Amino acid sequence: MRLWMLIIATIVLSFISLFIGAIDISLGDLLDLDSDKTQIFLISRLPRLLAIILAGAGMSIAGLIMQSLSRNKFVSPTTAGTLDAAKLGIMISMLFFTNVTYTQQIIFSFAFALVGTLVFMQILDRIKFKDAIFVPLIGIMYGNILSSITTFFGYEADILQNISSWLMGSFTLIIAGRYELLYVSIPAIILAYLYANKFTVAGMGEDFAKNLGLSYKFVLNIGLVLVAIISTSVVLTVGVIPFLGLIVPNIVSLYLGDNLRKIIPHTMVLGSMFLLICDIIGRVIVHPYEIPVNVTVAVIGSAIFLIMLFRGRAYAKK
Amino acid sequence: MIEIKELTKRFGKKSVVENVSVTIEPGTITSFIGPNGAGKSTLLSMVSRLLDADTGDVLLDQNNVKKWKSGEFAKRVSILKQSNYTNVRLSVRELISFGRYPYSKGRLTAEDDKFVDQAIEYMNLEDMQNEFIDELSGGQRQRAFIAMVIAQDTDYVLLDEPLNNLDMKHSVQIMKILRKLVDDLGKTVVIVLHDINFASVYSDRIVALKDGKLVKNGPTQDIINSKALREIYDMDIPVQVQNGCRICVYFNSHA
Repeated sequence: MRLWMLIIATIVLSFISLFIGAIDISLGDLLDLDSDKTQIFLISRLPRLLAIILAGAGMSIAGLIMQSLSRNKFVSPTTAGTLDAAKLGIMISMLFFTNVTYTQQIIFSFAFALVGTLVFMQILDRIKFKDAIFVPLIGIMYGNILSSITTFFGYEADILQNISSWLMGSFTLIIAGRYELLYVSIPAIILAYLYANKFTVAGMGEDFAKNLGLSYKFVLNIGLVLVAIISTSVVLTVGVIPFLGLIVPNIVSLYLGDNLRKIIPHTMVLGSMFLLICDIIGRVIVHPYEIPVNVTVAVIGSAIFLIMLFRGRAYAKK
Repeated sequence: MIEIKELTKRFGKKSVVENVSVTIEPGTITSFIGPNGAGKSTLLSMVSRLLDADTGDVLLDQNNVKKWKSGEFAKRVSILKQSNYTNVRLSVRELISFGRYPYSKGRLTAEDDKFVDQAIEYMNLEDMQNEFIDELSGGQRQRAFIAMVIAQDTDYVLLDEPLNNLDMKHSVQIMKILRKLVDDLGKTVVIVLHDINFASVYSDRIVALKDGKLVKNGPTQDIINSKALREIYDMDIPVQVQNGCRICVYFNSHA
């Protein structure tokens, strides 16, 4: 697959995404700048498209960084407790502050995502049996433990309904003014690209990195901070999108390898494209209603993931 | 010159390396030999800064290795561990290019490319330079990793059991290349070996360890004899000379 093909496909899908929904909008309607349809376009459709593109690219890059640094193909923000920790952070911020502000939520969510991922990496460091499948299983269990803590205290404090809106990834509520946090993933992705070679070297192992004079711990920490930034921005705006950070980098790795400098652009674009397709499907099949994107991603993603497991076990272990 | 001075490393209460002092002669192949658990790999890791010593110092050109900047040290000393990760899908050429990382930080210059090309040619990897390393055989992959170290262009090349899992043909091939690195390019090679016959035939000096202690250190011909080998391995090993090579016949020996 060539990068330009992916980009063209994404642009086409973007146009489709802009012009489907409960209200029919045609290009001609946009000529009248004050019409309701133009307003809908600017307040709802365009922000939604931007949110999909940013979230798709961001989650895929976050997954890629985690797979590289943990040296396991099946580790991602959803299989290492990162997103569950971010959710726990949001819940605790709501417990602490009666009138919690957005900034407080961001700070708590970010701090928890960072610490939560760090803890997972520590667990990974300690266990001897580093099987390609075993490691993400531990991560999923760990994530579920964090998640159950969130549910328990959420239930006690009667804020469960508030929390459940973050459990479900959906672009339905994305309108202008409610997605802008996602823009922080742009500098995070740029930084990831600048650090691409360092991540690749770190992904070859600590001894390998030290041999080349790379400060392994520093690069590892930079990577985890980037993952936490991206995950927080996605959880707080869109919610949890499963599988994305898992399957997209793996598909790219299959045909392009693991040299991050080379694969980051592909991973970004493919991530956006995949999420766009899932969102469009969710909006089309029960038109004029919508299926939340996390459902379509989960259905399509788990199918691809299963294929990867069956066909790719040999590839992941080699 | 690398000087190892009274180096000690303990894991828990057990000393894995105890008070070892060795000077690595430049322009030679030095083999570390000894029974399992003798501390060979640990010693090599401390020399290359992968592990910190508890007491004692390692000096590179009279300066303590701990005081070297990582980037500068990586231009003088390279280490290849047996456990190098092979799951990563990099092409052979990409892997070798990372050998230039200490110089270029990933942005390859024309000069870097020249070094990479030379390393590929040196290790006969032209045909497979675009293949992924996880799809190669063990011997090919080992050659790719050694090519990376060659591209790193360090005066000192440290290798931890590079012959592991290799058949005889590839083992001989690797040892011949290391010999060439020393004889043609003036490098200094330090290598951990299990098969004493490879140590005997290809190395200039031998450092023998046992239970973390230095038992022998000297030119190869002074170590490869039944008396010295008995001290190292607790085995009676007859040594036969064949085409000028001292071969240890350790099969069927009386312990």
